[in-house]
Amino acid sequence: MLIRPAPHIRESEITDQRLYLNRRSFMALGAGLGAAALLPRRALAAPLDYTKGVVTVDEPQTPFEAASTYNNYYEFGTDKEDPARVAPGRLKVAPWNVAVSGECAKPGTVALEDLIKPHRLEERITRLRCVEAWSMVIPWVGVPLAEVLKRFEPTSKAKYVEFTTLADRDQMPGLRSSILDWPYTEGLRMDEAMHPLTLLAVGMYGRELPAQNGAPLRLVVPWKYGFKSIKSIVRIRFSETQPATAWNKYAPREYGFYSNVNPAVDHPRWSQAKERRIGEFRRRDTLPFNGYAEQVAGLYAGMDLKANY
Amino acid sequence: MARWLKPSVFVLALLPLAWLAGRALTDQLGVNPVETLNRFLGDWALRFLLIALAVTPLRRLTHWAPLARLRRMLGLFAFFYVCLHLASYVGVDLFFDWAALWKDVAKRTYITLGMAAVLLLVPLAVTSTDGMIRRLGGRVWRRLHMLVFPAAILGVAHYWMMVKADIRQPLLHAAVLAVLLGSRLWAMRRA
Repeated sequence: MLIRPAPHIRESEITDQRLYLNRRSFMALGAGLGAAALLPRRALAAPLDYTKGVVTVDEPQTPFEAASTYNNYYEFGTDKEDPARVAPGRLKVAPWNVAVSGECAKPGTVALEDLIKPHRLEERITRLRCVEAWSMVIPWVGVPLAEVLKRFEPTSKAKYVEFTTLADRDQMPGLRSSILDWPYTEGLRMDEAMHPLTLLAVGMYGRELPAQNGAPLRLVVPWKYGFKSIKSIVRIRFSETQPATAWNKYAPREYGFYSNVNPAVDHPRWSQAKERRIGEFRRRDTLPFNGYAEQVAGLYAGMDLKANY
Repeated sequence: MARWLKPSVFVLALLPLAWLAGRALTDQLGVNPVETLNRFLGDWALRFLLIALAVTPLRRLTHWAPLARLRRMLGLFAFFYVCLHLASYVGVDLFFDWAALWKDVAKRTYITLGMAAVLLLVPLAVTSTDGMIRRLGGRVWRRLHMLVFPAAILGVAHYWMMVKADIRQPLLHAAVLAVLLGSRLWAMRRA
């Protein structure tokens, strides 16, 4: 359990330890100050006990204040500011259960604590590239999804994993307008789900996830557009067939099942060649697989990425 | 009251810009300032276009003649905010990346429509002076200025198509435009 093969990451991508520690203390200060300046009802989330992971990015982290106030979480409203305004206090994150079903030997409903407790939490600093052509660098805290999924013993029929977000009208005012077909669902191919870069996150910036960022449990798939990293997960289902996903159902031509970050395949309505990193003025080039091509491109060997967008 | 109408509306029409400048100078444009700037200017460009188009129906409804004096000024304010919106898109968002601009205009339908709307508005702004009205003659001038109707339709379509999923705001603008255009048809049929 303690010894785990590290995801294959280039040496150059690993931040110098001293710099890393400096940045961490600076970030902790920033996060503390930022949180303290916020509304009183948004209490400071509990700090988490975690190990510093091997996955980092040699690019400055997005300030916590930005990452926690500029969110797409349509269940709490469609403006970027809505989730931070609406979700804290409304979203009840405890008790939280996750129902696991489908093609596995050990299905069942598991309390969040029991789902996470057997694992060691680790920090991973990864890029987040939104399909809307902006991006951030966020230090997540979580568990590799593969480790959690293995406990349910998926069978050989399990080819895909489907995830479902909570859909509770009392907690989520955004559900009153039928913009998407609620509940929000997402899916991964089994090999994508089992890839060491795929994280089941419970925290960010060293603390529990804020409600607007998908508390208490969300996915982080750093090489895919942000909407694949589904928030506030209540259901995990192993399936033999490719599951329907929320944005794909809304506009199949605009949002594919794979939705790998790809500067060569434009969204029908806008270019994906560049992105605006939050905090920067000039747009920067978008990298294939969001800069994780070396780790994940092999998953798609032989596939036409223009057809499987 | 009529004497103060035009100067007061002039000052009011500058308020959005003043608000924006205030926010920009105090670094309060939010997490994605470029997006905020661009969207804010686009919103007000479209709003002023609709406000300018509301002058005539409102005058007919209220029979208050002085309202007519606002029409040209509000139309020019619409053009002013359209220009600022275009400038923020080209100069700030794209940072004068002309290749990207050309690709956007050619490939992105909502940008093509937006640019077409700007092009339609240019001759209207150019011919907005008394001298130009005299030179063109009232009939020709009025016909030319009917271009504002397709421009407004293109503006709303531009907004509608750029929105990701929540079309409630574009729908509202489209409804207002439909009422404004419909009232003209109604007035024409009664005349």
